[in-house]
Amino acid sequence: MKKTDAKTFAQLFLSVFKLSACTFGGGFVIVPLMRKRFVEELRWIEEQEMLDMTAIAQSSPGAIAVNAAILLGYRVAGIPGALLTVLGTVTPPLVIISIISLFYQAFRDNAIVNLVMAGMLCGVAAVILDVVVDMVGLIWKQHRILPVLVLLGAFVAVRFFAVNIILIILICGIIGAVDTLYQDKHHQKGEPA
Amino acid sequence: MIFLQLFWSYFQIGLFSIGGGYAAMPLIQHQVVEVHPWLSMTQFADIVTIAEMTPGPIAINSATFVGTLVAGLPGAIVATIGCVFPSCIIVLTLAFIYYRFRGLSLVQGILAGLRPAVIAMIASAGISLFLTATCGASTLPSDLSQVNVVALLLCAAAFFVLRRWKVNPIQVMAGSGLAGLILFSLF
Repeated sequence: MKKTDAKTFAQLFLSVFKLSACTFGGGFVIVPLMRKRFVEELRWIEEQEMLDMTAIAQSSPGAIAVNAAILLGYRVAGIPGALLTVLGTVTPPLVIISIISLFYQAFRDNAIVNLVMAGMLCGVAAVILDVVVDMVGLIWKQHRILPVLVLLGAFVAVRFFAVNIILIILICGIIGAVDTLYQDKHHQKGEPA
Repeated sequence: MIFLQLFWSYFQIGLFSIGGGYAAMPLIQHQVVEVHPWLSMTQFADIVTIAEMTPGPIAINSATFVGTLVAGLPGAIVATIGCVFPSCIIVLTLAFIYYRFRGLSLVQGILAGLRPAVIAMIASAGISLFLTATCGASTLPSDLSQVNVVALLLCAAAFFVLRRWKVNPIQVMAGSGLAGLILFSLF
């Protein structure tokens, strides 16, 4: 049930373009808005399918907004649809940031801008530390020792030993996979056949 | 050559930033501040700030910013393509598997295993930004006189407001910008 008429392509492109241009706050904000547009308004995608798409978008590498756009485009109009939605999603930030970077040097040399940026940087640092506290809280609530050890180990490795981030991700991904397989096995044994 | 470097750096950022949002931040810092001398820590802090204030994912925003600074508009486009390329391949593969088999438990298991590591890396990048904001460098200062007390208080106030009232981050940043303008010109 893939649609390939010009109207569908135009609607698809404009929908993701508008969502990308107007969404502040990244992937966790844009996905609910995509659900509203594609599930409720256009009725192109089922509710459950959208939930699965969200899970895939969050489990895949890269920006969640881009991943979700790829899935929507692919679902509605195949590979051409996916390429179109990627283009629609990256164009607004590409244009906005290009314009900002053209003026960046003049902007940065301005004394007032400098003070405002210094103040905003304090705000950004606080926002990120706030997010970190929330996320560490979620790990803590699992009441499992392994995730806490991984968290502490990764922190020490990256902060004090400058271990390559990609190496840490690969190692922790393997730990996660082994842990999942082990737990699945354990679970099956514990259950009555 | 520079285009190839931009593409490859952003390809790695796109490939290894798992978990969205802030997960890309430490990878971007690693590639554009540490591996390549493309941005200073202050410029990196600027792009994180700008990315927070404008729409779009931080990885794409930084790709455009770094690409433009290093090699103009073509650089921006090359870095952006590098950044989304791994997503296209992997997400389409997973979509294909999903529509065939409708099961992704191992993928989700790996993601769950990665989450604490990703948090640790975001924490480290957050601390670098915090130190840049309060001491002007991404590592601990050698003596306490380098600490900007006003900036430290502003960070603490913003953090308190966020924890206490769950205010929208954009509003907190706009408020911090205004407070910075007033406080830093007074003291």
